[in-house]
Amino acid sequence: MSATTDDRPELRVRDREVLLSVTDLYVHYGNIAAVKGVTLAVGTGEIVTLIGSNGAGKSTTLRTISGLIRPRRGDVVYRGSSIAALPGHRIVAAGICHSPEGRRIFPRMTVRENLDLGAYLRRDAAGVTADLDRVLDLFPRLKERIDQKAGTLSGGEQQMLAVGRALMGDPTLLLLDEPSMGLAPVLVDLIFDTIRTIRDQGTTVLLVEQNALAALRVADYAYVLESGTLKLEGPARDLAKDEEVTRAYLGG
Amino acid sequence: MSQTAEAHAPRSRSLPAPRVLLEKATGLGLVAILGLWLVVQLVRTPERFAGALVEGVNVGAIYALIALGYTLVYGIIELINFSHGDLFMLSTVLGAFVVITVFGATSPTLGGFGVLALGLVVTMTLAATVNVAAERLAYRRLRKAPKLAPLITAVGLSFVYQWGGVRTNGSGQKTWDSLLGDSGFTVAGISVPWSMVLVTGVTIPLLMLMMWIVQNTRQGKAMRATAQDQDAARLMGIDVDRTIAFTFAVGGALAGAAGVLYLQTVENTRWDAGFRLGLYAFTAAVLGGIGRLDGAVLGGFLIGIIQNLNDSGMLPFGQKWSQTVVFTILIMLMVFRPEGLLGRPTTEKV
Ligand SMILES: Nc1ncnc2c1ncn2[C@@H]1O[C@H](COP(=O)(O)OP(=O)(O)O)[C@@H](O)[C@H]1O
Ligand SMILES: [Mg+2]
Repeated sequence: MSATTDDRPELRVRDREVLLSVTDLYVHYGNIAAVKGVTLAVGTGEIVTLIGSNGAGKSTTLRTISGLIRPRRGDVVYRGSSIAALPGHRIVAAGICHSPEGRRIFPRMTVRENLDLGAYLRRDAAGVTADLDRVLDLFPRLKERIDQKAGTLSGGEQQMLAVGRALMGDPTLLLLDEPSMGLAPVLVDLIFDTIRTIRDQGTTVLLVEQNALAALRVADYAYVLESGTLKLEGPARDLAKDEEVTRAYLGG
Repeated sequence: MSQTAEAHAPRSRSLPAPRVLLEKATGLGLVAILGLWLVVQLVRTPERFAGALVEGVNVGAIYALIALGYTLVYGIIELINFSHGDLFMLSTVLGAFVVITVFGATSPTLGGFGVLALGLVVTMTLAATVNVAAERLAYRRLRKAPKLAPLITAVGLSFVYQWGGVRTNGSGQKTWDSLLGDSGFTVAGISVPWSMVLVTGVTIPLLMLMMWIVQNTRQGKAMRATAQDQDAARLMGIDVDRTIAFTFAVGGALAGAAGVLYLQTVENTRWDAGFRLGLYAFTAAVLGGIGRLDGAVLGGFLIGIIQNLNDSGMLPFGQKWSQTVVFTILIMLMVFRPEGLLGRPTTEKV
C-alpha cells in the first residue's frame, strides 16, 4: 500500500498513480486460450476503455480481474498487491465492483433488494443511504420502480440497475462490461454521460465496449484487443482519429 | 435481442390450447370428486375425520422439516440430495442414543424435557455437521461437473449413511420409548396425543425461524442471491462457498430435528427408515414446488394429511393403498402442474 507515496516509474502511468495493472495475462477456458498475454494499466481517476470485436477476450479480462476466473499465467496487481489468487468476494472487499456483461441482476428480487445487495459488504449505514440517493439521482427511472421485481424491468432499466448496483459497493475501481449493449440510442447517451459523472465523483472506471466510437469519446485512454492479444493502445482521442482503428472498429 | 420483448415475454399469456384446457378440466375434476368424497366423510364421521387430520398434521410436520432440506439444497445448487432421507434416519438413531441410551429420558418430567431439548440441539448440530462435511468433501468439487456426478454421489452417500444406521442401530427395527407415550387429551370428541403438541410446538417455531432467516437476515439474502446467480452473488462480495455450506447446515439441522421428533411419535426406527420418509418428503417438496420454502412446508402438511385421511378410511382406497395414493398425486401433479403448487410456471429455481 506504500504505492501511494512511491514514485518509481512502474508505479505511475500517464502521470497518475497506477490503481490497477494487468501484466502478461493468459486465461484459458479448458484448452482454449481466450486471453493471450494482455498487459494494461489503469491510473487513479481515469476512464480507461478496452475495445475490440466480439470474442476478443474483453469480458474474460474483466472476469479475471474480479476473480471469477483464475489466470493461467500473469498477474493482476491492485493498489500495489497481487489480487490474482484472491476469491471474488475478497476482491469486492478491496474496492473493485463489476457490472457484468448481460447485466446479471437478480430477477426475482426487487430493485431495492438488488441495490442493497450491491452494498452487501458495507457496514456504514449512513454511507449506504447516501449512495442509494446518489444512484437514484443518477437513474431516476429506478426510483420509480424501486419496489418492482427486477426481472420485470425493461432492458435499459436493467442495465441502469446493474450499473447502480455496482456503484452501491462504493467502488474505488468500477468495471463496466458493455453497459450500452442492446440499448436505444437515447439511453446509450445517458449511460455514457453517467459514466463521466461517476468518474467526476471520484471513481476510476475500466470500461469494456463494442461500441468503440462512444467509448473512445468518453475515455481518456484505450486498449484495443483482438483475438486475446493487445493490438493497439493510446490516448482515446488519438485512437478515435487513427485510420486503422476507424476502419476496423468504427465502420469508417 | 430487443429490450421490450425480453422484459415482457415471460409475462405474456396467449390463449391456452384446447388440449391444455382439457387437461386442466380433468385435473380439477379429479380433485373435485375427491374433495366431495371427503366432505361426505366429514359429515358422516366428523370425529374420525378430525382425528385423521390431527395425525396428518403430526406426521406432516416431520415431512415438512425433511422436505425443507431437499428444497433448500435444490434451490441453491440444483442438486436432488438423495441421501437426505438417510441423514434423517441417522438423526433418529443419534437422537435415541442421546435421549435414551445416555440420559434414559422416557418419562414426561421436567428433566425428561430438558434432555429432549438437549437431544434436539446435539442431533441438529451433528446432522448439520454431517451435511456440511458431505458438501465440503463431495459435492463442492463436483459443482462444475455434469449434473449426474453429484446425483450419483448423493446415492452413494445414502448407502454410507444406511451402513452407519446398520452399524449403530442394528439390522432390525429397534423400539425406543418416547417421553409422552400414548397419553393425550380430548377436545370436542377428538383425541389429541400430547406428542402431537410436542411435534408441532417444536416444528412451527423452527419453520418460522427458518423463513425469517431466509427473508430478513444478511445470510438469508446471500442465500437467495446465490440461488439466483452464483457469479453475480460473488460480484456483490458474497462468499458463495460459505453460503452454500450454510444452506447445507440449515437443511441438516432440520433433518436432525425431524429425526428426534419422529422418534417421539413413532417410537421405533430402522436403518432403512430414511427411504420411505425421504421419498414422502421429496414428494412433498416437489408437490409444493421444489426450491420454494413455503412450498415444502405446504407439501409436507398436505402429504401427511392425505396419507392419514386414507389410512383412516376417509378416502375410498383403503390403508394398503396409502403409498400408492401419495405417489399417484405426485405423478398427476407432474402431468398437470409440473412446477408444483406454489412454483413458477418456468424452470427457474428458488
Ligand atoms: N465460458 C466460456 N467457455 C468457453 N469459452 C468461452 C467462455 N466464455 C468465453 N469464451 C471464449 O473466449 C473468447 C473470449 O470471450 P469473451 O472474453 O467473452 O470476449 P468478448 O467479451 O471480447 O466478446 C471467445 O472466443 C469465447 O468464445
Ligand atoms: Mg464480452
